[in-house]
Amino acid sequence: MSQKELKVSALENGTVLDHIPAENVYKALEILDLKDIESQITIGINLVSKQHGKKGIIKIADKFFEDDELNKLSLIAPDATVNVIRDFKVVEKKKLEIPKEIRGIGRCMNPKCVTNHQPIETRFSTAKKGDKISLLCHFCEKTTDSKGLF
Amino acid sequence: MKKSLISIRDFTKEEILHILETAKEFEQNPVQDFLTGKVIASLFFEPSTRTRLSFETAVNRLGARVIGFSDASNTSQSKGETLKDTIKMVNNYVDMIIMRHPLEGSSRYASEVADVPVVNAGDGANQHPSQTLLDLYSILQTQGTLDGLTINMVGDLKYGRTTHSLLQAMSHFKTKFVFTAPDELKMPKEYKEFLDSKGIEYIETASLEEHLNNCDILYMTRVQQERFTDPIEYERVKDCYSLDAEMLANVKDNMKILHPLPRVNEISQDVDETPYAYYFKQAENGLYVRMAIISYLLGHRPLR
Ligand SMILES: [Zn+2]
Repeated sequence: MSQKELKVSALENGTVLDHIPAENVYKALEILDLKDIESQITIGINLVSKQHGKKGIIKIADKFFEDDELNKLSLIAPDATVNVIRDFKVVEKKKLEIPKEIRGIGRCMNPKCVTNHQPIETRFSTAKKGDKISLLCHFCEKTTDSKGLF
Repeated sequence: MKKSLISIRDFTKEEILHILETAKEFEQNPVQDFLTGKVIASLFFEPSTRTRLSFETAVNRLGARVIGFSDASNTSQSKGETLKDTIKMVNNYVDMIIMRHPLEGSSRYASEVADVPVVNAGDGANQHPSQTLLDLYSILQTQGTLDGLTINMVGDLKYGRTTHSLLQAMSHFKTKFVFTAPDELKMPKEYKEFLDSKGIEYIETASLEEHLNNCDILYMTRVQQERFTDPIEYERVKDCYSLDAEMLANVKDNMKILHPLPRVNEISQDVDETPYAYYFKQAENGLYVRMAIISYLLGHRPLR
């Protein structure tokens, strides 16, 4: 199957996540908790994108997400687009927004942070600095950049 | 609603000034036992005799009783109990928890697990807000104001949490800062950006002499070995500054030297006899400030 065919392979109902940096596709699956679901998932990695060099794409059949869930992806794929497909048609197209606070994903970069030693859900508030997102740990008050989070 | 003190940022300017005002009341009248019948936990998961004695004296002066431990090695934590379970258990017995813990963020977490107020007595290199408040109290006491002062911070400005918290607290007032540190121990970028965002001036230097004669407060710190991961770096900077009485010939009359103690070689003994030394009184002030914090959090000295 050619790359072209894969990209256009039709989805009847579901969600297409496009423009994910190629290297972050597996992290995206993890963040969206897609590892153990039953639905059919099609993944493309290292596809050629006009704007971003190599990109990744994830298509999930019969699955629709809450915005809060999707917005967690903004940390690793700030330029990702979300296409909601119903009856083979794109019924909604949206961009991700950076959530003010994220909980339960990623690790604090501070090795002495209590969240790295006790069973505690991580919690960060986000701040955008230029094109970088920095995360302030709710507990140890140290800043982690989103690259160091995973 | 329950209020804890975990980070100096938890207190507004108004609350900070209220604590300092209340501390003054306790300094004038240190025996007020209105907490009779209360029990307060003092949980020191890492030893710190100085801070623990100051807190426990404050509790006793207010008439409450203390339970707790001064070292975690014989507690159920050392047998693998989670911090959450320890706090939940202690929470059932007491009206307040004062805790010190080597992990950063541990006190914030405890305050979310507990129903009673939690006072952070130091969480690793992160925060130690009662130290910051006693620093502010000492500055106010010696200068008569917190506004428009020049504060020269000296020594380990990279790892020294007392300087970071003091900087955050003083940002409420029109302070000018001098940061005196060797290259390896300069004030981290995030704190300088914080000052920039508030429009607060600062100067950086590696020379202790350079701005010694134009500051109101000389805030000396010890270079703490335990904060270093690289022993060679520590050896290189451990004795970077040493203040002696001779160097103080031309300082401002109102200038006072503060130090969170214990000191090692950064202030020589002959400075103690000069009118500029204030670090022993500063340590004593910790008692009144801690009495004020405990009273306020237990609702006995509310903001009006
Ligand atoms: Zn943290």
